[in-house]
Amino acid sequence: MNFDVNKDKRIFGQSDIAKSGKKVATSGLHEIRFHGRGGQGAVSAAALLSLAAFSDGFEAQAFPKFGSERRGAPVEAYVRISTIPIRRHNQVYQPDAVIIQDTTLLRSEPVFDGLEDGGLMILNAERRPETLGTKALRWVYLPANRISETFLGRPLPNTVLLGALAAATGWVSLAALEQAIGNHLVRKGEEVVTANINALREGYRITLEQEEAS
Amino acid sequence: MDSRDPFRHNVLTSGHRACSGCGEAMAARMVTDIIGPDAIYINATGCLQVFTTHNQQSSWQAPWIHSVFANAAAVASGVEAALRARGDDTPVIVQAGDGGTFDIGLQCLSGMIERGHDVLFVCYDNEAYMNTGVQRSSSTPHAVRTTTSPPGRLSEGKHHLKKDMISIIAAHQMPYAATATVAYFPDLKAKVEKAMSIKGPRFLQVLSPCPLGWDHDAAQTIQVSRLAVETGLFPLLELEHGAVTGVMHLPQQRPVEDYFRLQGRFKHLFGSKGGIAEIRHLQALADARIQRYGLLDTTTDWNTDTASQVQRHGRGGYSLDRQEDSQ
Amino acid sequence: MRQQLEGSRAVAEAVQRCRPQVVAAYPITPQTHIIEHLAQMVADGELASEFVSVESEFAAASVVLGAVATGSRAFTASASQGLLLMTEVLFNIAGLRLPVVMVCANRAVGAPINIFSDHQDSMALRDAGWIQLYVESNQEAVDTVIQAYRIAETCELPVMICMDGFFLTHTFEPVDVPEQEAVDAFLPDFHFARTLDPAQPMTLGGGSEPDNYQEYRHAQHQAMVSAADEIDNINTEFTQSFGRDYGGLIDHYQLEEAEVVLVTLGSVMGAVKDVVDSLRGQGQSVGALRLRCFRPFPATHLVAALRNTRRIVVLEKAFSVGADGIVATELRAALHNAGVAIPVESFIGGLGGRDLTLSLIEEVFRAASAEPSANCRFAGLNSLPDDIPIIEET
Repeated sequence: MNFDVNKDKRIFGQSDIAKSGKKVATSGLHEIRFHGRGGQGAVSAAALLSLAAFSDGFEAQAFPKFGSERRGAPVEAYVRISTIPIRRHNQVYQPDAVIIQDTTLLRSEPVFDGLEDGGLMILNAERRPETLGTKALRWVYLPANRISETFLGRPLPNTVLLGALAAATGWVSLAALEQAIGNHLVRKGEEVVTANINALREGYRITLEQEEAS
Repeated sequence: MDSRDPFRHNVLTSGHRACSGCGEAMAARMVTDIIGPDAIYINATGCLQVFTTHNQQSSWQAPWIHSVFANAAAVASGVEAALRARGDDTPVIVQAGDGGTFDIGLQCLSGMIERGHDVLFVCYDNEAYMNTGVQRSSSTPHAVRTTTSPPGRLSEGKHHLKKDMISIIAAHQMPYAATATVAYFPDLKAKVEKAMSIKGPRFLQVLSPCPLGWDHDAAQTIQVSRLAVETGLFPLLELEHGAVTGVMHLPQQRPVEDYFRLQGRFKHLFGSKGGIAEIRHLQALADARIQRYGLLDTTTDWNTDTASQVQRHGRGGYSLDRQEDSQ
Repeated sequence: MRQQLEGSRAVAEAVQRCRPQVVAAYPITPQTHIIEHLAQMVADGELASEFVSVESEFAAASVVLGAVATGSRAFTASASQGLLLMTEVLFNIAGLRLPVVMVCANRAVGAPINIFSDHQDSMALRDAGWIQLYVESNQEAVDTVIQAYRIAETCELPVMICMDGFFLTHTFEPVDVPEQEAVDAFLPDFHFARTLDPAQPMTLGGGSEPDNYQEYRHAQHQAMVSAADEIDNINTEFTQSFGRDYGGLIDHYQLEEAEVVLVTLGSVMGAVKDVVDSLRGQGQSVGALRLRCFRPFPATHLVAALRNTRRIVVLEKAFSVGADGIVATELRAALHNAGVAIPVESFIGGLGGRDLTLSLIEEVFRAASAEPSANCRFAGLNSLPDDIPIIEET
């Protein structure tokens, strides 16, 4: 049997059935990378995604690539979603999806690293970006800053982009994301929770439309 | 090898990674530009050190060393001793945050002063351990929210008062100690210049607002800094050999709420009974400080050059909106 | 109840279940979230603890020393520079035989300053007289905190729980934090014979001379050696109460008929297991062993587990500068003392948060099939700026 540890995504060990009965991951492991700037909530987004995947019955892992605590500095965060327990704690090198929270990062950060043909790029942008790199990627773009400003009163795109991810992949359910937001942001009060859930739903809706149109 | 960029003359040059609106970056640029590149800078661990020397890069155009968190003053003592042994009078400057001054750095600082080293120690006071994510320090004011003094069912934020560091320093009876802040640049400049003209241990505490940790608009750093002074919460003082020799007078006293409303770290005080009581407490602290230093007096006769200069030229400082100041 | 939690949060909850009466806190990345969660719990009345925000780690260690010496369970956490700043006090705590428990969020030591994970900090203190337990996952961190109080209070030795900074502290993954009642049943009330109490006055920390110092140190050593059995027993008891087993002193994976065994510590074991599976899938007889307990050094257990293999590679995240890998050196000595002649190769990697990738781990396994090298090697060196030479073999 030919096995390349870098390329193959199979996890060895006992499989587990997702308890929720929701759309099950088609391969054993999904890896997602978030690119953002400090203050845009990329790290929170990763945490929320993992919380949602967990409540959907999957195994999930989320962690940041940390710099120091600076507002505006580039940050990366990673998520793994799997049907079986995740043992490794490495960084994510071959994401199946990349979420970019800030278009300025397209020029300065290695946002395309590790993506294969057919990989998914979700970009927070008003319009389709001009340079799309050399790979044959699936692009989803939406004006997450504008949407989040509508619902949250400021440009905090992370929950909008999570909605987009859910719609584009089905790797996690909208309901689970809503529940995760409710739990994770409980300290900020009901208004903030509701606003974020609405932003999430809008990101989901717009992306579904885009997917259906294409 | 001279690594200074001939086209940029700032000691702290551009390309560093401070947050937008960082009061410490502002203060450090001001202070080091006045001192200049012909000095040796010793930096404690903290925001300034991290955002200026991140990952194999440096934005310093002067000799600069970082060792560990606690020992900046001791390392500086060693630098100074070596220079003096060779008859070299290159200035020796320490830069530290409040953590590296009030808390973990206090032992070495006290030793440096007691031994009379010819070092200027500059504390950029942003009132918490900002670099590691906004944990309280002994410089954090009373009732402030930080991640280790969070408000909760049983708490209104930090229990304890802001350590009166300038008094501790002054009690060492050393040549010169002063407080300053970014909103009053001529005052800061005068104090740095004064400090640089004196031999022996000197100390500057520069209040440096932190938009992230204080949770204020990054565009309002100067305004926040000015209000700290105008409320009386952060008196601008000069002390020589233990005695107060100069203060910046206030034309009027602003209520502490004006200062608090701009910052999220005080937000929890508005809207709870316990919080309102703490606001009154903080107002009382401000009143006491004004009283103690005679900040509203116009009759005190100060005789230092700096104090006279300030009296002659007014408060100075940047004022973007004169209308607002007079309210 | 199984929940998706950040590692630091899970550890804070485990600490809360153990009911410490004093928590000393000084922030240092990557331990900060642990103490922040504890601060919030205290602020909300969910943890009845004196939360002492100290002025340095030296003070943090001293505060928990004082608290335990006065008969209260205590907790603190640190890492890297902060841990080393505690050094004098940590030796002191161990010599005083105080059952202090702390978490070390393993982080590299400067200079150059680096906030990311490796084991240099706790390894540098291996002589201090603290029990050191290295955990692989956040679940194990939670469970080991609880076990640690039992171990410390039974053996009258301080315990350091070592968990990889960022890889574990800042990672969200599923964790089951045991319920309060279950922890109360497992952890008896804190009782300690030698406390500061006017009713029974004792002198702690007195002087010693050449004619008795050595005996105190010998007694300390014996206590540490005997602790190995206690650590094993407590693990077994924990398994019975909570259903999770970490192997006690060592944890092994696919050792049956393994011709090459990789020995390591901490969270990298997860990736190592994945590589073992994939190599076994290719028909290679490989296995892995994790030192859960590094102090006391489990020589007997290691020799018993490894004596039938052909090659051993140690992959560790710390080393003694100018000498060799630390675990490799001690393992070689243990095998030699037992008359077991198996080559042990030393690989240093993952320093300063450098990721140990699956392919790098695979390379380490592959290196074992080549000629054994007597020198320690650095796994995965990149090039440095111009004037610094690249070191491949020391």
